[in-house]
Amino acid sequence: MQLVQTINTGIRRIPSWLLYIVGAAYGGWLFFLALTGGLGFDPIEALEHRYGKIAFQLLLVGLAVTPLRQYLGLNLMSWRRAIGVLAFFFLLAHFTVWAVLDVQRLDAIWADIVKRPYVTIGMAGFLLLIPLGLTSNNLSVRKMGAAAWRRLHKLVYPAALLGALHWVWLAKGFQIEPLIYMAITLCLLATRLNMPRLRPQPRRA
Amino acid sequence: MARRYTSKLTWDDVTPEHLYLNRRQIMAGMGGVLGAGLLGAGAAQAQGDPRLALIPNEWDEITGYNNFYEFGTGKDDPARNAHMMTTEPWSIEIDGLVDNPGTYSLEDILSEVEIEERIYRLRCVERWSMVVPWNGFELADLLNRVGVQEGARYVAFETLARPEEMPGLRVPVIDWPYREGLRLDEAMHPLTIMATGIYGRDIPNQNGAPIRLVVPWKYGYKSIKSIVRISLVEEQPVTAWNTYAPNEYGFYSNVNPERDHPRWSQAEERRIGGGLFSRNFPTLMFNGYEEEVASLYEGMDLIEFH
Repeated sequence: MQLVQTINTGIRRIPSWLLYIVGAAYGGWLFFLALTGGLGFDPIEALEHRYGKIAFQLLLVGLAVTPLRQYLGLNLMSWRRAIGVLAFFFLLAHFTVWAVLDVQRLDAIWADIVKRPYVTIGMAGFLLLIPLGLTSNNLSVRKMGAAAWRRLHKLVYPAALLGALHWVWLAKGFQIEPLIYMAITLCLLATRLNMPRLRPQPRRA
Repeated sequence: MARRYTSKLTWDDVTPEHLYLNRRQIMAGMGGVLGAGLLGAGAAQAQGDPRLALIPNEWDEITGYNNFYEFGTGKDDPARNAHMMTTEPWSIEIDGLVDNPGTYSLEDILSEVEIEERIYRLRCVERWSMVVPWNGFELADLLNRVGVQEGARYVAFETLARPEEMPGLRVPVIDWPYREGLRLDEAMHPLTIMATGIYGRDIPNQNGAPIRLVVPWKYGYKSIKSIVRISLVEEQPVTAWNTYAPNEYGFYSNVNPERDHPRWSQAEERRIGGGLFSRNFPTLMFNGYEEEVASLYEGMDLIEFH
Protein backbone atom coordinates (compact mmCIF):
# COMPACT_ATOMS: atom_id res chain seq x y z
CA MET A 1 0.00 0.00 0.00
CA GLN A 2 2.93 2.25 0.68
CA LEU A 3 3.91 1.86 -2.95
CA VAL A 4 0.43 2.83 -4.14
CA GLN A 5 0.51 5.90 -1.90
CA THR A 6 3.86 6.94 -3.34
CA ILE A 7 2.62 6.47 -6.90
CA ASN A 8 -0.56 8.41 -6.16
CA THR A 9 1.46 11.28 -4.75
CA GLY A 10 3.69 11.19 -7.82
CA ILE A 11 0.71 11.25 -10.16
CA ARG A 12 -0.74 14.25 -8.35
CA ARG A 13 2.52 16.12 -8.80
CA ILE A 14 2.50 15.74 -12.57
CA PRO A 15 -0.03 18.18 -13.99
CA SER A 16 -2.28 16.93 -16.77
CA TRP A 17 -1.24 19.70 -19.19
CA LEU A 18 2.11 17.98 -19.32
CA LEU A 19 0.39 14.89 -20.70
CA TYR A 20 -1.17 16.95 -23.48
CA ILE A 21 2.23 18.32 -24.41
CA VAL A 22 3.94 14.93 -24.32
CA GLY A 23 1.09 13.34 -26.30
CA ALA A 24 1.04 16.05 -28.96
CA ALA A 25 4.82 16.01 -29.22
CA TYR A 26 4.82 12.24 -29.68
CA GLY A 27 2.17 12.47 -32.39
CA GLY A 28 4.19 15.14 -34.14
CA TRP A 29 7.39 13.15 -33.76
CA LEU A 30 5.81 10.14 -35.44
CA PHE A 31 4.65 12.35 -38.30
CA PHE A 32 8.17 13.72 -38.66
CA LEU A 33 9.57 10.18 -38.68
CA ALA A 34 7.10 9.13 -41.35
CA LEU A 35 8.09 12.13 -43.44
CA THR A 36 11.79 11.45 -43.19
CA GLY A 37 11.85 7.69 -43.70
CA GLY A 38 12.00 6.74 -40.03
CA LEU A 39 8.89 4.55 -40.18
CA GLY A 40 10.00 2.18 -42.89
CA PHE A 41 9.23 1.86 -46.56
CA ASP A 42 5.49 2.40 -46.40
CA PRO A 43 5.20 5.40 -44.10
CA ILE A 44 1.49 5.89 -44.84
CA GLU A 45 0.50 2.48 -43.55
CA ALA A 46 2.98 2.69 -40.70
CA LEU A 47 1.73 6.08 -39.49
CA GLU A 48 -1.89 5.02 -39.87
CA HIS A 49 -1.31 1.91 -37.79
CA ARG A 50 0.79 3.67 -35.15
CA TYR A 51 -1.80 6.41 -34.61
CA GLY A 52 -4.60 3.88 -34.47
CA LYS A 53 -2.81 1.67 -32.01
CA ILE A 54 -1.86 4.54 -29.70
CA ALA A 55 -5.45 5.79 -29.76
CA PHE A 56 -6.70 2.36 -28.79
CA GLN A 57 -4.07 1.91 -26.09
CA LEU A 58 -4.97 5.29 -24.57
CA LEU A 59 -8.63 4.37 -24.69
CA LEU A 60 -7.85 1.20 -22.72
CA VAL A 61 -5.72 3.12 -20.22
CA GLY A 62 -8.65 5.51 -19.77
CA LEU A 63 -10.94 2.54 -19.17
CA ALA A 64 -8.48 1.14 -16.65
CA VAL A 65 -8.60 4.24 -14.44
CA THR A 66 -11.73 3.25 -12.54
CA PRO A 67 -10.88 -0.44 -11.95
CA LEU A 68 -7.35 0.51 -10.91
CA ARG A 69 -8.80 2.82 -8.30
CA GLN A 70 -11.41 0.33 -7.17
CA TYR A 71 -9.18 -2.70 -6.90
CA LEU A 72 -5.71 -1.29 -6.27
CA GLY A 73 -6.40 2.14 -4.88
CA LEU A 74 -4.29 3.62 -7.63
CA ASN A 75 -5.61 7.08 -8.40
CA LEU A 76 -5.19 8.25 -11.98
CA MET A 77 -8.33 10.41 -11.92
CA SER A 78 -6.45 13.65 -12.42
CA TRP A 79 -5.13 12.31 -15.72
CA ARG A 80 -8.24 10.67 -17.02
CA ARG A 81 -9.54 13.56 -19.11
CA ALA A 82 -6.13 14.13 -20.68
CA ILE A 83 -5.87 10.42 -21.50
CA GLY A 84 -9.31 10.43 -23.09
CA VAL A 85 -8.78 13.62 -25.07
CA LEU A 86 -5.41 12.37 -26.33
CA ALA A 87 -7.00 9.07 -27.34
CA PHE A 88 -9.54 11.05 -29.33
CA PHE A 89 -6.88 13.13 -31.07
CA PHE A 90 -4.81 10.10 -32.00
CA LEU A 91 -7.97 8.52 -33.36
CA LEU A 92 -8.66 11.65 -35.37
CA ALA A 93 -5.08 11.47 -36.69
CA HIS A 94 -5.56 7.78 -37.52
CA PHE A 95 -8.74 8.56 -39.44
CA THR A 96 -7.15 11.52 -41.24
CA VAL A 97 -4.09 9.57 -42.35
CA TRP A 98 -6.35 6.76 -43.56
CA ALA A 99 -8.71 9.06 -45.48
CA VAL A 100 -6.30 11.66 -46.84
CA LEU A 101 -3.00 9.85 -47.28
CA ASP A 102 -4.06 6.21 -47.69
CA VAL A 103 -7.38 6.02 -49.53
CA GLN A 104 -7.09 9.55 -50.98
CA ARG A 105 -10.36 9.74 -52.91
CA LEU A 106 -13.67 10.85 -51.42
CA ASP A 107 -15.71 8.29 -53.32
CA ALA A 108 -13.32 5.52 -52.29
CA ILE A 109 -13.45 6.65 -48.66
CA TRP A 110 -17.23 6.50 -48.72
CA ALA A 111 -17.21 3.15 -50.53
CA ASP A 112 -14.88 1.70 -47.91
CA ILE A 113 -17.04 2.95 -45.05
CA VAL A 114 -20.23 1.44 -46.42
CA LYS A 115 -18.80 -1.71 -48.04
CA ARG A 116 -16.03 -2.90 -45.74
CA PRO A 117 -17.36 -4.08 -42.38
CA TYR A 118 -14.12 -3.47 -40.51
CA VAL A 119 -14.03 0.11 -41.76
CA THR A 120 -17.72 0.55 -40.93
CA ILE A 121 -17.05 -0.67 -37.41
CA GLY A 122 -14.03 1.56 -36.94
CA MET A 123 -15.97 4.52 -38.27
CA ALA A 124 -18.87 3.83 -35.93
CA GLY A 125 -16.47 3.75 -32.98
CA PHE A 126 -14.98 7.05 -34.09
CA LEU A 127 -18.41 8.69 -34.44
CA LEU A 128 -19.40 7.52 -30.97
CA LEU A 129 -16.37 9.24 -29.51
CA ILE A 130 -16.93 12.61 -31.20
CA PRO A 131 -19.51 13.87 -28.67
CA LEU A 132 -17.21 12.66 -25.90
CA GLY A 133 -14.30 14.60 -27.31
CA LEU A 134 -16.48 17.71 -27.65
CA THR A 135 -17.74 17.54 -24.07
CA SER A 136 -14.44 16.79 -22.37
CA ASN A 137 -14.32 20.16 -20.60
CA ASN A 138 -15.59 21.63 -17.35
CA LEU A 139 -18.11 23.85 -19.07
CA SER A 140 -19.85 20.85 -20.64
CA VAL A 141 -19.93 18.99 -17.34
CA ARG A 142 -21.55 22.00 -15.68
CA LYS A 143 -24.03 22.61 -18.48
CA MET A 144 -25.06 18.98 -18.83
CA GLY A 145 -25.00 18.11 -15.19
CA ALA A 146 -22.72 15.41 -13.84
CA ALA A 147 -25.21 12.56 -14.20
CA ALA A 148 -26.08 13.24 -17.84
CA TRP A 149 -22.43 13.81 -18.64
CA ARG A 150 -21.48 10.51 -17.09
CA ARG A 151 -24.23 8.75 -18.98
CA LEU A 152 -23.04 10.23 -22.28
CA HIS A 153 -19.48 9.21 -21.60
CA LYS A 154 -20.51 5.60 -21.19
CA LEU A 155 -20.40 5.62 -24.99
CA VAL A 156 -16.72 4.87 -24.54
CA TYR A 157 -17.67 1.27 -23.73
CA PRO A 158 -19.21 0.38 -27.09
CA ALA A 159 -16.55 2.49 -28.83
CA ALA A 160 -13.75 0.46 -27.25
CA LEU A 161 -15.45 -2.78 -28.22
CA LEU A 162 -15.85 -1.57 -31.81
CA GLY A 163 -12.20 -0.55 -31.85
CA ALA A 164 -11.07 -3.98 -30.69
CA LEU A 165 -13.29 -5.67 -33.27
CA HIS A 166 -11.99 -3.33 -35.99
CA TRP A 167 -8.44 -4.50 -35.33
CA VAL A 168 -9.25 -8.21 -35.02
CA TRP A 169 -11.19 -8.03 -38.27
CA LEU A 170 -8.56 -6.30 -40.35
CA ALA A 171 -5.70 -8.60 -39.32
CA LYS A 172 -4.62 -10.96 -42.08
CA GLY A 173 -4.53 -14.57 -40.98
CA PHE A 174 -4.65 -15.66 -37.35
CA GLN A 175 -2.76 -13.02 -35.39
CA ILE A 176 -2.31 -12.91 -31.66
CA GLU A 177 -1.81 -9.23 -30.90
CA PRO A 178 -5.29 -7.97 -31.79
CA LEU A 179 -6.80 -10.87 -29.87
CA ILE A 180 -4.81 -9.91 -26.78
CA TYR A 181 -6.16 -6.37 -27.08
CA MET A 182 -9.66 -7.74 -27.51
CA ALA A 183 -9.23 -9.79 -24.32
CA ILE A 184 -8.00 -6.74 -22.39
CA THR A 185 -10.94 -4.72 -23.69
CA LEU A 186 -13.40 -7.38 -22.62
CA CYS A 187 -11.81 -7.62 -19.16
CA LEU A 188 -12.00 -3.86 -18.68
CA LEU A 189 -15.61 -3.79 -19.80
CA ALA A 190 -16.42 -6.73 -17.54
CA THR A 191 -15.39 -4.67 -14.52
CA ARG A 192 -18.33 -2.40 -15.40
CA LEU A 193 -20.84 -5.18 -15.05
CA ASN A 194 -22.81 -5.07 -11.83
CA MET A 195 -20.89 -7.57 -9.81
CA PRO A 196 -20.23 -7.62 -6.09
CA ARG A 197 -17.32 -5.34 -5.35
CA LEU A 198 -14.14 -7.14 -4.41
CA ARG A 199 -13.36 -4.37 -1.98
CA PRO A 200 -15.17 -1.29 -0.83
CA GLN A 201 -14.76 1.93 -2.74
CA PRO A 202 -11.97 3.95 -1.19
CA ARG A 203 -13.23 7.01 0.63
CA ARG A 204 -12.75 10.26 -1.18
CA ALA A 205 -9.91 12.34 0.14
CA MET B 1 8.48 -25.26 -76.28
CA ALA B 2 6.39 -22.31 -75.27
CA ARG B 3 7.07 -19.02 -76.95
CA ARG B 4 9.65 -17.25 -74.86
CA TYR B 5 8.81 -13.98 -73.26
CA THR B 6 11.07 -11.16 -74.26
CA SER B 7 10.88 -8.10 -72.13
CA LYS B 8 11.16 -4.79 -73.88
CA LEU B 9 12.98 -3.60 -70.79
CA THR B 10 16.65 -4.26 -70.28
CA TRP B 11 19.27 -3.19 -67.85
CA ASP B 12 19.51 0.02 -69.86
CA ASP B 13 16.10 0.85 -68.48
CA VAL B 14 17.13 0.31 -64.91
CA THR B 15 17.64 3.62 -63.27
CA PRO B 16 21.22 3.99 -62.07
CA GLU B 17 21.66 4.16 -58.36
CA HIS B 18 22.47 7.86 -58.19
CA LEU B 19 19.23 8.61 -59.92
CA TYR B 20 17.20 6.70 -57.36
CA LEU B 21 18.85 8.74 -54.71
CA ASN B 22 17.75 11.76 -56.65
CA ARG B 23 14.29 10.36 -56.87
CA ARG B 24 14.24 9.98 -53.13
CA GLN B 25 15.28 13.56 -52.66
CA ILE B 26 12.52 14.70 -54.97
CA MET B 27 10.03 12.74 -52.90
CA ALA B 28 11.39 14.05 -49.66
CA GLY B 29 11.25 17.57 -51.03
CA MET B 30 7.67 17.13 -52.07
CA GLY B 31 6.85 15.76 -48.68
CA GLY B 32 7.97 19.06 -47.25
CA VAL B 33 5.24 20.88 -49.11
CA LEU B 34 2.37 19.68 -47.00
CA GLY B 35 -0.41 18.39 -49.15
CA ALA B 36 1.35 18.99 -52.45
CA GLY B 37 0.38 15.50 -53.46
CA LEU B 38 -3.21 16.14 -52.51
CA LEU B 39 -3.40 19.06 -54.86
CA GLY B 40 -2.56 16.78 -57.72
CA ALA B 41 1.05 17.82 -58.06
CA GLY B 42 2.18 14.43 -56.87
CA ALA B 43 4.77 11.97 -58.01
CA ALA B 44 2.61 10.57 -60.79
CA GLN B 45 2.41 13.77 -62.74
CA ALA B 46 5.89 14.91 -61.92
CA GLN B 47 7.52 11.80 -63.34
CA GLY B 48 5.06 10.51 -65.86
CA ASP B 49 2.76 7.61 -65.19
CA PRO B 50 4.60 5.31 -62.79
CA ARG B 51 2.90 2.28 -64.32
CA LEU B 52 4.60 2.94 -67.60
CA ALA B 53 7.88 4.18 -66.23
CA LEU B 54 8.41 0.82 -64.48
CA ILE B 55 11.27 2.16 -62.43
CA PRO B 56 12.61 -0.66 -60.27
CA ASN B 57 12.42 -0.16 -56.56
CA GLU B 58 15.59 0.24 -54.60
CA TRP B 59 17.39 -2.77 -53.21
CA ASP B 60 16.66 -1.61 -49.66
CA GLU B 61 12.94 -1.37 -50.34
CA ILE B 62 12.74 -4.74 -52.05
CA THR B 63 14.71 -6.45 -49.30
CA GLY B 64 13.38 -4.47 -46.32
CA TYR B 65 9.63 -4.54 -46.89
CA ASN B 66 8.43 -8.12 -47.14
CA ASN B 67 5.57 -10.43 -46.39
CA PHE B 68 7.10 -13.74 -45.35
CA TYR B 69 4.99 -14.78 -42.39
CA GLU B 70 7.26 -17.68 -41.50
CA PHE B 71 9.49 -14.95 -40.08
CA GLY B 72 6.77 -12.78 -38.55
CA THR B 73 3.81 -10.75 -39.74
CA GLY B 74 5.49 -7.33 -39.58
CA LYS B 75 6.86 -5.97 -42.84
CA ASP B 76 10.34 -5.67 -41.34
CA ASP B 77 10.26 -9.02 -39.51
CA PRO B 78 11.56 -11.05 -42.47
CA ALA B 79 14.56 -8.75 -42.95
CA ARG B 80 15.29 -9.11 -39.25
CA ASN B 81 14.70 -12.85 -38.83
CA ALA B 82 15.28 -14.55 -42.15
CA HIS B 83 19.04 -14.84 -41.63
CA MET B 84 18.22 -17.84 -39.39
CA MET B 85 17.17 -19.90 -42.40
CA THR B 86 19.75 -22.31 -43.77
CA THR B 87 19.68 -22.25 -47.56
CA GLU B 88 22.74 -24.41 -48.23
CA PRO B 89 22.36 -27.19 -49.04
CA TRP B 90 19.01 -26.83 -50.77
CA SER B 91 17.00 -29.23 -52.80
CA ILE B 92 13.54 -29.45 -54.25
CA GLU B 93 11.46 -32.58 -54.14
CA ILE B 94 9.73 -32.90 -57.48
CA ASP B 95 6.99 -35.49 -57.50
CA GLY B 96 3.57 -36.43 -58.75
CA LEU B 97 2.81 -36.86 -62.42
CA VAL B 98 6.34 -36.45 -63.76
CA ASP B 99 8.63 -38.72 -65.74
CA ASN B 100 11.64 -38.13 -63.53
CA PRO B 101 10.55 -37.60 -59.96
CA GLY B 102 13.16 -37.13 -57.29
CA THR B 103 15.09 -34.79 -55.09
CA TYR B 104 16.88 -32.21 -57.20
CA SER B 105 19.66 -30.22 -55.64
CA LEU B 106 19.65 -26.51 -56.37
CA GLU B 107 22.98 -26.82 -58.17
CA ASP B 108 21.57 -29.53 -60.36
CA ILE B 109 18.51 -27.45 -61.22
CA LEU B 110 20.57 -24.37 -61.99
CA SER B 111 23.07 -26.28 -64.11
CA GLU B 112 20.45 -26.89 -66.77
CA VAL B 113 18.79 -23.50 -67.02
CA GLU B 114 19.65 -20.10 -68.30
CA ILE B 115 19.35 -17.24 -65.82
CA GLU B 116 17.79 -14.14 -67.32
CA GLU B 117 16.79 -10.73 -66.04
CA ARG B 118 13.11 -9.94 -65.74
CA ILE B 119 11.89 -6.58 -64.54
CA TYR B 120 8.39 -7.22 -63.24
CA ARG B 121 5.71 -5.35 -61.38
CA LEU B 122 4.79 -6.97 -58.08
CA ARG B 123 1.27 -6.24 -56.83
CA CYS B 124 0.42 -7.27 -53.27
CA VAL B 125 -3.17 -8.05 -52.35
CA GLU B 126 -2.73 -5.44 -49.60
CA ARG B 127 -2.72 -2.71 -52.26
CA TRP B 128 0.98 -1.86 -52.33
CA SER B 129 3.24 -2.59 -55.25
CA MET B 130 6.85 -2.59 -56.33
CA VAL B 131 8.92 -3.14 -59.42
CA VAL B 132 11.56 -5.82 -58.99
CA PRO B 133 14.46 -6.69 -61.29
CA TRP B 134 14.51 -10.46 -60.83
CA ASN B 135 17.05 -12.95 -62.04
CA GLY B 136 15.68 -16.35 -62.78
CA PHE B 137 14.61 -18.92 -65.33
CA GLU B 138 11.31 -19.97 -66.79
CA LEU B 139 9.52 -22.56 -64.72
CA ALA B 140 8.59 -24.24 -68.00
CA ASP B 141 12.26 -25.14 -68.53
CA LEU B 142 12.38 -27.04 -65.26
CA LEU B 143 9.01 -28.71 -65.83
CA ASN B 144 10.03 -29.79 -69.31
CA ARG B 145 13.22 -31.23 -67.93
CA VAL B 146 11.43 -33.39 -65.35
CA GLY B 147 8.81 -34.37 -67.91
CA VAL B 148 5.19 -33.50 -67.20
CA GLN B 149 2.98 -36.53 -67.66
CA GLU B 150 -0.35 -36.74 -69.37
CA GLY B 151 -3.08 -36.03 -66.85
CA ALA B 152 -1.20 -33.43 -64.85
CA ARG B 153 -3.33 -30.29 -64.77
CA TYR B 154 -1.96 -28.34 -61.83
CA VAL B 155 1.36 -27.60 -60.17
CA ALA B 156 1.54 -27.46 -56.37
CA PHE B 157 4.34 -25.75 -54.48
CA GLU B 158 5.42 -25.87 -50.88
CA THR B 159 7.63 -23.58 -48.80
CA LEU B 160 10.20 -24.77 -46.30
CA ALA B 161 8.70 -25.18 -42.81
CA ARG B 162 11.55 -25.49 -40.34
CA PRO B 163 10.32 -24.27 -36.95
CA GLU B 164 13.77 -23.91 -35.40
CA GLU B 165 14.74 -21.46 -38.12
CA MET B 166 11.38 -19.81 -38.71
CA PRO B 167 9.96 -18.17 -35.59
CA GLY B 168 6.73 -17.24 -37.36
CA LEU B 169 5.73 -20.89 -37.55
CA ARG B 170 4.97 -20.82 -33.83
CA VAL B 171 1.84 -18.87 -34.59
CA PRO B 172 -0.82 -20.58 -36.70
CA VAL B 173 -1.36 -17.48 -38.85
CA ILE B 174 -2.25 -19.89 -41.63
CA ASP B 175 -2.10 -23.65 -41.91
CA TRP B 176 1.64 -24.26 -42.36
CA PRO B 177 3.51 -25.15 -44.49
CA TYR B 178 2.80 -22.37 -46.93
CA ARG B 179 1.37 -23.85 -50.09
CA GLU B 180 0.53 -22.43 -53.46
CA GLY B 181 -0.53 -23.70 -56.83
CA LEU B 182 -0.95 -22.87 -60.48
CA ARG B 183 -2.85 -24.34 -63.34
CA LEU B 184 -0.40 -26.14 -65.62
CA ASP B 185 -0.79 -23.63 -68.45
CA GLU B 186 -0.09 -20.80 -66.01
CA ALA B 187 2.98 -22.60 -64.74
CA MET B 188 4.20 -23.17 -68.30
CA HIS B 189 3.59 -19.57 -69.33
CA PRO B 190 6.80 -17.81 -70.34
CA LEU B 191 6.16 -14.99 -67.85
CA THR B 192 6.25 -17.45 -64.94
CA ILE B 193 9.74 -17.70 -63.54
CA MET B 194 11.67 -19.26 -60.73
CA ALA B 195 13.78 -16.44 -59.30
CA THR B 196 17.17 -16.91 -57.71
CA GLY B 197 18.39 -13.33 -57.72
CA ILE B 198 17.53 -9.66 -57.55
CA TYR B 199 19.64 -6.93 -59.14
CA GLY B 200 22.11 -9.60 -60.17
CA ARG B 201 22.79 -10.60 -56.60
CA ASP B 202 21.71 -13.79 -54.87
CA ILE B 203 18.16 -13.47 -53.67
CA PRO B 204 18.17 -12.57 -49.95
CA ASN B 205 16.51 -14.93 -47.50
CA GLN B 206 13.67 -12.51 -46.76
CA ASN B 207 12.75 -12.51 -50.45
CA GLY B 208 12.53 -16.29 -50.64
CA ALA B 209 16.07 -17.62 -50.95
CA PRO B 210 17.40 -19.59 -52.56
CA ILE B 211 14.63 -20.14 -55.09
CA ARG B 212 11.09 -18.84 -55.40
CA LEU B 213 8.26 -18.51 -57.85
CA VAL B 214 7.36 -15.21 -59.53
CA VAL B 215 4.02 -14.92 -61.33
CA PRO B 216 3.75 -11.23 -62.12
CA TRP B 217 0.08 -11.10 -63.15
CA LYS B 218 -1.11 -12.55 -59.84
CA TYR B 219 -1.18 -11.09 -56.34
CA GLY B 220 2.14 -11.43 -54.58
CA TYR B 221 1.17 -14.27 -52.28
CA LYS B 222 0.90 -16.61 -55.26
CA SER B 223 4.63 -16.16 -55.83
CA ILE B 224 5.63 -18.67 -53.17
CA LYS B 225 9.05 -18.37 -51.54
CA SER B 226 11.84 -20.75 -50.52
CA ILE B 227 10.37 -23.70 -52.40
CA VAL B 228 11.17 -27.23 -51.23
CA ARG B 229 8.55 -29.18 -53.13
CA ILE B 230 6.89 -29.10 -56.52
CA SER B 231 4.15 -31.59 -57.35
CA LEU B 232 2.41 -32.14 -60.65
CA VAL B 233 -1.16 -33.09 -59.84
CA GLU B 234 -4.49 -33.76 -61.41
CA GLU B 235 -6.76 -31.84 -59.05
CA GLN B 236 -6.63 -28.20 -58.04
CA PRO B 237 -4.24 -28.18 -55.08
CA VAL B 238 -4.90 -26.81 -51.62
CA THR B 239 -3.32 -23.37 -51.20
CA ALA B 240 -2.56 -21.48 -48.01
CA TRP B 241 -4.55 -18.27 -48.19
CA ASN B 242 -7.36 -19.83 -50.14
CA THR B 243 -7.84 -22.33 -47.33
CA TYR B 244 -7.81 -19.57 -44.74
CA ALA B 245 -10.46 -17.42 -46.42
CA PRO B 246 -11.73 -18.68 -49.80
CA ASN B 247 -13.91 -15.65 -50.46
CA GLU B 248 -10.97 -13.32 -49.87
CA TYR B 249 -8.20 -15.22 -51.61
CA GLY B 250 -9.23 -17.16 -54.67
CA PHE B 251 -7.20 -19.94 -56.24
CA TYR B 252 -6.47 -17.86 -59.31
CA SER B 253 -5.78 -14.56 -57.57
CA ASN B 254 -5.17 -12.74 -60.81
CA VAL B 255 -4.66 -9.04 -60.26
CA ASN B 256 -8.06 -7.61 -61.10
CA PRO B 257 -9.08 -4.04 -60.29
CA GLU B 258 -12.71 -4.98 -60.92
CA ARG B 259 -12.83 -7.65 -58.26
CA ASP B 260 -12.67 -6.13 -54.79
CA HIS B 261 -11.15 -8.00 -51.94
CA PRO B 262 -14.06 -8.18 -49.46
CA ARG B 263 -12.17 -6.00 -47.03
CA TRP B 264 -10.71 -3.46 -49.41
CA SER B 265 -10.95 -2.22 -52.96
CA GLN B 266 -8.39 -3.41 -55.48
CA ALA B 267 -8.98 -0.55 -57.89
CA GLU B 268 -5.86 1.34 -56.91
CA GLU B 269 -2.41 0.69 -55.58
CA ARG B 270 0.46 2.49 -53.93
CA ARG B 271 3.99 2.07 -55.20
CA ILE B 272 6.45 1.59 -52.37
CA GLY B 273 9.08 4.29 -52.29
CA GLY B 274 6.86 7.32 -52.81
CA GLY B 275 7.02 8.52 -49.23
CA LEU B 276 4.27 9.90 -47.03
CA PHE B 277 2.51 11.75 -49.83
CA SER B 278 2.70 8.96 -52.37
CA ARG B 279 -0.21 9.12 -54.83
CA ASN B 280 -2.25 6.01 -55.49
CA PHE B 281 -2.74 5.06 -59.11
CA PRO B 282 -5.14 2.70 -60.85
CA THR B 283 -4.26 -0.98 -60.81
CA LEU B 284 -4.08 -2.56 -64.23
CA MET B 285 -5.89 -5.73 -65.26
CA PHE B 286 -3.55 -8.71 -64.81
CA ASN B 287 -1.13 -6.21 -63.29
CA GLY B 288 -0.39 -4.84 -66.75
CA TYR B 289 0.29 -8.22 -68.36
CA GLU B 290 -3.12 -8.52 -69.97
CA GLU B 291 -1.71 -8.78 -73.48
CA GLU B 292 0.45 -11.73 -72.47
CA VAL B 293 -1.91 -13.72 -70.25
CA ALA B 294 -5.54 -12.80 -70.99
CA SER B 295 -5.83 -15.69 -73.44
CA LEU B 296 -5.28 -18.17 -70.60
CA TYR B 297 -8.63 -17.16 -69.14
CA GLU B 298 -10.77 -16.79 -72.24
CA GLY B 299 -14.40 -17.41 -71.48
CA MET B 300 -13.81 -17.55 -67.71
CA ASP B 301 -15.76 -15.43 -65.27
CA LEU B 302 -12.87 -13.74 -63.51
CA ILE B 303 -15.08 -12.44 -60.72
CA GLU B 304 -16.35 -15.89 -59.84
CA PHE B 305 -12.98 -17.52 -60.43
CA HIS B 306 -11.05 -14.82 -58.67
